[in-house]
Amino acid sequence: MIELQNVEKTYYGKAGDIHALNKTNLNINAGEIFGVIGQSGAGKSTLIRCINMLEVPTGGRVIVDGKDLTAMNESELRKARQSIGMIFQHFNLLASRTVYQNIAFPLEIQGLSSEDIRSKVEPLLELVGLVDRRDHYPSQLSGGQKQRVGIARALASSPKVLLCDEATSALDPQTTKSILDLLKDINKRMNLTIVMITHQMQVVKEICDRVAVIENGYIIEEGTMFELFTNPKTPTTKDFIKSINNVELPPILKNATISKEYMEGGKLLLRLSFIGSSAGDPLISSLVKNFDVDVNILYGNIDSIKETPYGTLLIEVSGGRNSIKSALTYLHERKLKMEVIGYVA
Amino acid sequence: MSLEILDLLLKSFWETCYMVAAATIISTLLGLPLGVILTVTRKGHILENAPLNSILGAVVNATRSTPFIILMVAIIPLTRLIVGSSIGTTAAIVPLTISAAPFIARIIESSLLEIDPGVIEAAQAMGASPLQIITKVLLPEALHSIVLGITLAIISLIGYSAMAGALGGGGLGDLAIRYGYQRFRVDIMIATVIVLIAQVQIVQSLGNSISKKLNKNKL
Repeated sequence: MIELQNVEKTYYGKAGDIHALNKTNLNINAGEIFGVIGQSGAGKSTLIRCINMLEVPTGGRVIVDGKDLTAMNESELRKARQSIGMIFQHFNLLASRTVYQNIAFPLEIQGLSSEDIRSKVEPLLELVGLVDRRDHYPSQLSGGQKQRVGIARALASSPKVLLCDEATSALDPQTTKSILDLLKDINKRMNLTIVMITHQMQVVKEICDRVAVIENGYIIEEGTMFELFTNPKTPTTKDFIKSINNVELPPILKNATISKEYMEGGKLLLRLSFIGSSAGDPLISSLVKNFDVDVNILYGNIDSIKETPYGTLLIEVSGGRNSIKSALTYLHERKLKMEVIGYVA
Repeated sequence: MSLEILDLLLKSFWETCYMVAAATIISTLLGLPLGVILTVTRKGHILENAPLNSILGAVVNATRSTPFIILMVAIIPLTRLIVGSSIGTTAAIVPLTISAAPFIARIIESSLLEIDPGVIEAAQAMGASPLQIITKVLLPEALHSIVLGITLAIISLIGYSAMAGALGGGGLGDLAIRYGYQRFRVDIMIATVIVLIAQVQIVQSLGNSISKKLNKNKL
């Protein structure tokens, strides 16, 4: 649906040129939710703005729905933009227009009659749950409601692609959740391709099928959410994963000396990650039943990545040298990711 | 107060109203497009055009830096060309308009610049043309602030119209100078000043309430 071929964006300035985006290649499939995650200044905003040519790339080609936007003239581009919706961090609603008039705005631009506009806007008000707010002005709405208006406005011209520019970054966690649910619902219902840029791993984890990690204008990692989550390759990706997956040791153990060698009476620290169905296995109890070891749970969490369960467990195992050894062998044979941290006294 | 004074006052009041109203309407018609062009041709705006912007900016600044009394005399030939005479209330409208139009242009420019660039970006993302952005985004969003600016311009025009008395323009200012000052008629002076104050108050509160009605930012 969206194809970026060697897209580059350089800002030429007196203080030197800034390469906001370096030879970027991306392929986003129809109907998927694609996330681009990166820190501030990594180039995410430039990347998403190149997709609808709000930023004109200094090199490369942008192909959306089979049409090369970089080869178009102004008026062709305006036409093409009508099938690419966009929502923003700060909503960017027109303050002088009511909810209804804001949603009607893109249709007015296209020159639709007020009859046609009404027949499109009313179901959208329903969809985003703002029927009772239709004649309110944006200043009378909460952040979440404003973003709902933004979404309805972006959907008004029945786009094939929806670009989300930090769409939830200005919202509280509760509201973020409801906006993400709405996006997920729209994605399924209309088979809409969604591209979202964010710095919040939580958001990506919640709804994205595939993710690209961007840093200093380069896409440094790309894959399904699951691949990235379970097997991050770059330090930046690892940092992002850390932000939603507490892998830090508890404070009392932070300053303890950890030895890699077996210690008499010591406890072995293990970090286990469960993926998918294995998250449901009664692992700890079988460990205790089958081997002569004691297990103490320090930290545990079960989460989901786009509906796939994902669990993390930090445990202490104590017992004789051989019991621990066979327990480790048992764990290795399971379908899980294990990290041996070491022994503490 | 004698009937004679009332008569004079009424006549002058209407002259002021006529001059100011005509000058406001014509200078808004000139200043509005000028202000829009000054805004959209700025660097980074929707129709960036640096040469046009600097030329228009320079013309506006030149007009605005000429003191009104000098401008009035300097453009007498132009006034004569347009009105057919350089003396009289109608003739005074020409210099008033020429001095107010660039002022209004700057006021409109600054109102339009207050609009969040994000809103303009959103309109561009929807495929709006520059003309649509001007008529459907910039002007409606800035309207409440433009109204306050034009109110300010009307009040300056009331002040300037007093000077237009020097060209035989008539009006309240002229009355105050000829009767109040030159003929030592303190009563006329005071009456004129009171009418002027009332006029400005009414214009300002009218402007405020219209602007408030149009402003949907704080509800």
